[in-house]
Amino acid sequence: MRKMLYAEAVVEALRRSVQGDDRVHLMGQYFLGLTPHRTMVGDLFRQYPDRVYFPPIAELGYVGAGIGAAIAGLRPIVDCATASFTFQAFAQILNEAANIHYMSGGQTSVPMVIHYNHGVRGGGAAQHSHSPQAMMWNTPGLEIVTPSNPADLIGLVLTAVASDNPTIWVDHVRLFDTEGEVPEDIEPIPFGRGSIRREGTDLTVFASSWMVHRSLEAAQILATEGISVEIIDPRTLVPLDEEMILRSVAKTGRLLVVDECHLRCGIGSEIAATVAEHAHSDLVAPIRRVATLDVPVPFSPPLEEYVEPTTAKIVDAARSLTGVQSGD
Amino acid sequence: MLPDLEPDALVALLERMIVARRFEEELIELAGDRDIGHFHVYIGQESTGIPALSLLEPGDLSFTNHRNHGHLIARGAEPGPMYAEILGRATGYCQGKGGTLHLASAEHGFPTTSSATGGCIPPAVGAGMGFQRLGSNRVSVCLMGDGALEEGAWHESANIAAMEQLPVIFLCENNSLEALGQRAGEYPSSTMAATELTDLASVFGIESVAIDGLDVRAVHEAMARAVHRARNGEGPTFIEARTVRWPGNRPIWPELATGKTDLSMAWDISLIGADHASWYRELDGLLGFTRELLTVGFFSRDIVIDIDELATERVREGLSFALGSPYPEPEEALKHVFASRGN
Amino acid sequence: MAETVRFIDAISSVLRREMERDDDVLILGEDVSYGGPFGATAGLSQSFGSTRIIDTPISEGAVMGLAVGAALSGHRPVVEVMFADFVTLAMDQLVNHAAKFRYMTDGQLSVPMTIRVQGGVGGSYGSQHSQSLEAWFLHVPGLKVVTPSSVKDAAGLLASAIRDDDPVVYLEHRGLYWTKGLVDLDDAPTPIGSAAVARSGSDVTVVAVSRMVDVALLASQKLALDGIEVEVLDLRSVAPIDWATIDESVRRTRRLVVVHEAVVTGGLGAELVAGVSATAFEALISPAVRVGGPSTPVPASPFLERLYTPDAEDVIAAVLETLSEL
Repeated sequence: MRKMLYAEAVVEALRRSVQGDDRVHLMGQYFLGLTPHRTMVGDLFRQYPDRVYFPPIAELGYVGAGIGAAIAGLRPIVDCATASFTFQAFAQILNEAANIHYMSGGQTSVPMVIHYNHGVRGGGAAQHSHSPQAMMWNTPGLEIVTPSNPADLIGLVLTAVASDNPTIWVDHVRLFDTEGEVPEDIEPIPFGRGSIRREGTDLTVFASSWMVHRSLEAAQILATEGISVEIIDPRTLVPLDEEMILRSVAKTGRLLVVDECHLRCGIGSEIAATVAEHAHSDLVAPIRRVATLDVPVPFSPPLEEYVEPTTAKIVDAARSLTGVQSGD
Repeated sequence: MLPDLEPDALVALLERMIVARRFEEELIELAGDRDIGHFHVYIGQESTGIPALSLLEPGDLSFTNHRNHGHLIARGAEPGPMYAEILGRATGYCQGKGGTLHLASAEHGFPTTSSATGGCIPPAVGAGMGFQRLGSNRVSVCLMGDGALEEGAWHESANIAAMEQLPVIFLCENNSLEALGQRAGEYPSSTMAATELTDLASVFGIESVAIDGLDVRAVHEAMARAVHRARNGEGPTFIEARTVRWPGNRPIWPELATGKTDLSMAWDISLIGADHASWYRELDGLLGFTRELLTVGFFSRDIVIDIDELATERVREGLSFALGSPYPEPEEALKHVFASRGN
Repeated sequence: MAETVRFIDAISSVLRREMERDDDVLILGEDVSYGGPFGATAGLSQSFGSTRIIDTPISEGAVMGLAVGAALSGHRPVVEVMFADFVTLAMDQLVNHAAKFRYMTDGQLSVPMTIRVQGGVGGSYGSQHSQSLEAWFLHVPGLKVVTPSSVKDAAGLLASAIRDDDPVVYLEHRGLYWTKGLVDLDDAPTPIGSAAVARSGSDVTVVAVSRMVDVALLASQKLALDGIEVEVLDLRSVAPIDWATIDESVRRTRRLVVVHEAVVTGGLGAELVAGVSATAFEALISPAVRVGGPSTPVPASPFLERLYTPDAEDVIAAVLETLSEL
């Protein structure tokens, strides 16, 4: 076991992928954004110059090229830098990559990984703070992984690279400085298996990516108030470990979904609807969602804090949910 | 003019061009009887696609667009499973999942068809990048129309291909030109400020050439050179192949405006009336190629007629096969979303 | 004066009327001067000329951006996107620009544009020409999104959209284009953000959009024969959603079904069920049921296509499901 920064784990995942399979090539350079950690990934590029491609500012072009490279036999990991830039490449990601295996009747696969850093990062403002995974989730044909800690990150990326499907690797710059234990002999993590980050009995909190950390913080605060929170981290949105969520709700009877996508038709909506459909009789309280408000993300810090899902909002929502009983 | 090929090879080109022509004619007739959905035909462009794609080897990849029937036939795809796919039957190349807009036959080097204009360009470039990085001498061909040059995807992809000197051939079939006596601005039109399409590639330093798409020799030579360059690491080539839009492709839905092709117009000009005279005389590449073959000693009208009969029979058999094929089972709709995960 | 016209003609008539009413209205899109692939803009070019009916190249991203610019400089552009799937090529301009400018400038800038988008399943167009993408649009703050199902609302919502000072995505289903209905162009425009009760009932609330409204109504007729009275709500606006009407209905009927043609996962239905589960949770006496497309791309084969889209039987099954649990 060793302790690792999430940012280090990103590099480790890339390194293992590149070393493990000659077909893995990296396209793009902003895996660690413009954070100070980016020098680490620069080292990796210098070590494997033949396995890296630095594209022009042409997201539609180079993400589409990644698709073609995958069809031709490579296993590219394509970086889109800030998630908001994926909009430039939407046509290739969602109208091509997601569809090709199906449209060809199974003849052609697109074994690529598309990476981005999503969400509110502090001063990113409206054009750099999106979390497009909710939209991508709505398009069949893409796998989506949302690691929240270094060990999961490496395990999930190994599986993503080995997968014959186009996989979206969702990261967050605020995760980079978090730490976690990573086993030496880390194994690929199968998709569709969530993780219970914290066991509890009063309330199920579903959270992904950076929101797992905020939820853990909130859970600690709530514990001092006698509220026992169970945190479900899906690790992958597609495929989704529905069983784990439903089992948890059967136990606690209450669901709070924490999600950095905008509220309206965000990830939270789908989780809430799924639980409403399949665990209605287990619920003793309404389902609550804490998500980024339905406004563009503003620039100024107090405004940004007002719209994003903060630990305080999670705590408040949990309090109100556990204070409410059904049948009133 | 004729390419410098053995008679057998020339016959093979003619045969495929006729198959492509009859394929589309039967399809248009069928569409007159029943609703087969939206489709596009390759009539008038066979003299480009068939000779060009004959130069590819197995393993070379071609990324095409909605006007793809002629392309697949050019690389040996069979009429039967093609019709079946167009008609949504279980025996289609894509088992009914793709239809005409997304015809794919991996066996023949067509991994997918994109029907979003310009959608095929980035992946074609990417396949070139893949081949380059794998150290393979395979090439990637992007089969695009002139309209695709209006898309941002063109600009981005061409730049990448040029920067990396990728083994990509951009075969741009410009079928929007005006013919003698035709009105300008036919529907759909291409809206492009650049007057020389090759400028849009040469500005990136890509070797670019504009050729007459009706001239089989010119097509063959340009493509042979492009393939050679690509295989030898000399980078991408842009070929603009100009044809005049077939009159039957002017309305939104294809119509047999010039009737079913009468190959004897290649030797008997008395059969050509006033209507569409310029088409039959000069602008139908299939008739033009046939005429040229007949001027060379080793061809005769009988050979042409025989080839046509066999081709027509082959096409009709394919159509019968398709019409007699079952539709897919409903649950098939849920399959092939993902590779190797059980569905 | 009320006339019976086709859905597509109602659109044409409103476009003409709005252009006559307001010189700032422009129409942009591929082949719009020819009428577009379905004839929506037919004849307008002859009346208004090429400075107001503008044929654009096949450059969806640039054209969306152009429309944003035109809107910022005092015009009211109506952009036609030929197929919803191609909005993917314009996402950055739509999401990062059109939707954001009013907010980012604290109200100084306004983007009064309408984006007409044709979509939906039908005609074997395949995976890249058949998607319903309202879930994406309603997920973007700053966009209003409407989905007319009737000829009357096709007219009324288009007028509202064009007159609205914010970007409005106007989603058309080509399967509705040839349906006929009564419309009076002199009627007040349909307000955005208001759902309509397409059918009153007491046993279950079925919320539907676009072509699925007719499907829901057909299902309701059949269920009525068995004494089950369905209330069908035609949402009409997907952003903003008329929560008040939904809430009032669900509190009365205590059962909810949502039906849309788009993929269920992460779709409009998810937002509707999630919303009701939050605000009217205790009102529901059985689990809500979502009816919609499966998690696959749209197949091309006409046979598979028909199976892909929800029909009256699917809605009936969903309704019965809500009635089976107590």
